[in-house]
Amino acid sequence: MTRRVLLAFAGVLLLGAVWELYKDLGPATGVKVGELAILPRTTDLAMPHLWTILDRLGQPVSSLPGSLPLVVAVLQACLVTLGIAGAGWGLGVVFGFLLALLMQAVSLAERAVLPFVILSQTVPVIALAPLVVGWGAQLPAWQEWMSVSLIAAYLAFCPIAVGVLRGLKSAEATQLELLHSYAAGWWSTLTRLRLPASVAYLLPALRLGASSAVVGAVVGEVSTGTEGGIGRAIVEYAQASGGDPAKPWAAILGAVAIGLVAVGVVALLGIALRRFRRWEVAA
Amino acid sequence: MKHSTRRAAIVGAAAVTALVLAGCSSSPSPSSSSSASTDTTSSSAAALTPVKIQLQWAVQAQFAGYVEAVKQGYYKDLGLDVTLVPAGSDTVPQDQLAKGLVDYAVAWVPKALASREAGAKITDVAQFFQRSGTTQISFKDKGITTIAGLKGKNVGSWGYGNEFELYAGMTGAGLDPATDVKVVTQAFDMNGFLSGDIDAAQAMTYNELAQVLESTNPKTGKLYTLADLNVLDWSNLGYGMYQDALWADTAKLAGDTAYQDTTTKVVEATAEGWIYARDHVAQTAADVVAAGSQLGLSHQEWQTNEVNKLIWPSPDGLGVIVKAQWDKTVQIAKSTKNGSGDTVIKNTPDADAYTNTYVDKALADLKAKGLDVTGAAYQPITVTLNAGGK
Repeated sequence: MTRRVLLAFAGVLLLGAVWELYKDLGPATGVKVGELAILPRTTDLAMPHLWTILDRLGQPVSSLPGSLPLVVAVLQACLVTLGIAGAGWGLGVVFGFLLALLMQAVSLAERAVLPFVILSQTVPVIALAPLVVGWGAQLPAWQEWMSVSLIAAYLAFCPIAVGVLRGLKSAEATQLELLHSYAAGWWSTLTRLRLPASVAYLLPALRLGASSAVVGAVVGEVSTGTEGGIGRAIVEYAQASGGDPAKPWAAILGAVAIGLVAVGVVALLGIALRRFRRWEVAA
Repeated sequence: MKHSTRRAAIVGAAAVTALVLAGCSSSPSPSSSSSASTDTTSSSAAALTPVKIQLQWAVQAQFAGYVEAVKQGYYKDLGLDVTLVPAGSDTVPQDQLAKGLVDYAVAWVPKALASREAGAKITDVAQFFQRSGTTQISFKDKGITTIAGLKGKNVGSWGYGNEFELYAGMTGAGLDPATDVKVVTQAFDMNGFLSGDIDAAQAMTYNELAQVLESTNPKTGKLYTLADLNVLDWSNLGYGMYQDALWADTAKLAGDTAYQDTTTKVVEATAEGWIYARDHVAQTAADVVAAGSQLGLSHQEWQTNEVNKLIWPSPDGLGVIVKAQWDKTVQIAKSTKNGSGDTVIKNTPDADAYTNTYVDKALADLKAKGLDVTGAAYQPITVTLNAGGK
């Protein structure tokens, strides 16, 4: 485990090194194939130095007296988004799990529902967001952030439903036949065989779901105009990017941190389930 | 061993559940609306009429009149509990209004007219911005001093209905937008302009122009100044269209007397907010930042000052819809084709598209209070921008 944490840390450092290396060695005008830019410019405007970004994090957000240091504002925004994404992920896990159970139990349901689970992911967030906001506004006690959580859940449930379904079906025929010979019902087969067998598929599914939920929360915030989170901060800070290029990058770093935390939480979950985890499929 | 593992699994699951629940319960209080809405104590809240006003973007000085009407208590004085609703990238304010999700919406006239033609039943009840803030800016070395100078250049355009003044201007100057210029899609930051991809970029005087002036000129190491730029100002060149206006629900205006009454009050309090913003530029900028703007203080001060220039003086009275300018907006919206050959609207809007009924009543009240609603003596201030608008 420590090794994995260290590796993750090394990965982040490597990313930083690649950033600085490209900034140092890449052409200032970027790399273009014809009209199409395939690599960005390396100017301070397009790619500020990492230490400029870190330095910016320590300075106040604005010159208004009492303005918080940027790092505090970014962390607060990260917590808000993490909460929204967490709620969306939880909802997506519950819904995805129930859907997988239904599809496993009733093969007609699998044939009827699975294509729509996949199709659902082709609906772009920009089409979904105004609808969700519109529905939510008609419900009493509905809060703005719930719309964003719902969008996050919408993106998260698909990999979970598909992954859990594969996991539930992964028990070997001989094992199923054994339980059948014991006259075990659907429920005992589920709890004693199918669920433990599904863990190898469950964890990658939860991880994919977690990153989808974070992406959904960030994009959902931008799309719906929910304030307080990191997605909104990125677009608002981006307006200052001409004169203060490090500011939006500081918020982007925050979004990266949320993704790492989300995946870290799922890794902790993996530790709790390690008894069932003799192997794991690649995510 | 077996039990302890299971216990660990249960603890782990409980921890995750707690985390998810914490995510739910640490409900990011809608800081936007709470910070912007009037502080109502529970005892007085019952007496106030709740009103939601949809803005076009995050809280910024473009909406200073609304922010100050909240901050100075003008809405509350008239019995309103106003919540300013910030917009997202996919929010169409006038559609939110037409769907009944908000009570009023701030929207540009041409875009709102397009929504009306698509079926939105909305009415312009106060035209706070009398002039257009849209310009096309270029660095001096590009030599673009006239509209005709755009010929052969990379011309930035946001699209989404923000481009019609540009197309009207180019067509009026004898350019064919399809062949004489290369229209480049412009993002909502000015990096494309600063890095030279765009020769002439679309810029609102109160926002993108300031973004350029907050950026460092790599040649001098100092901030760019207006002396480095040529500005084609569509308002001065005669192609300006009406922009930010306050829109209300047409059907409710026709039959709902309480809504009519609220409309007068919203217009009156907002107008008073704009008068405050005119007379207290620095304080307004600070209030806007405190109300949740993520942009810097000097940027908001610049924005307040530039927005004031679009409003004041208002010889016919603050917020009054002037027929000649309205008709010009409609005429450009009907006749100008954009890059895909579309016009904003096909038909002349019906008589419900605007009314001065409420603004006239509101201004009469404000005049009775001794307030200056025309700003004949208005003078803009000079704002110094800091790097990054900080």
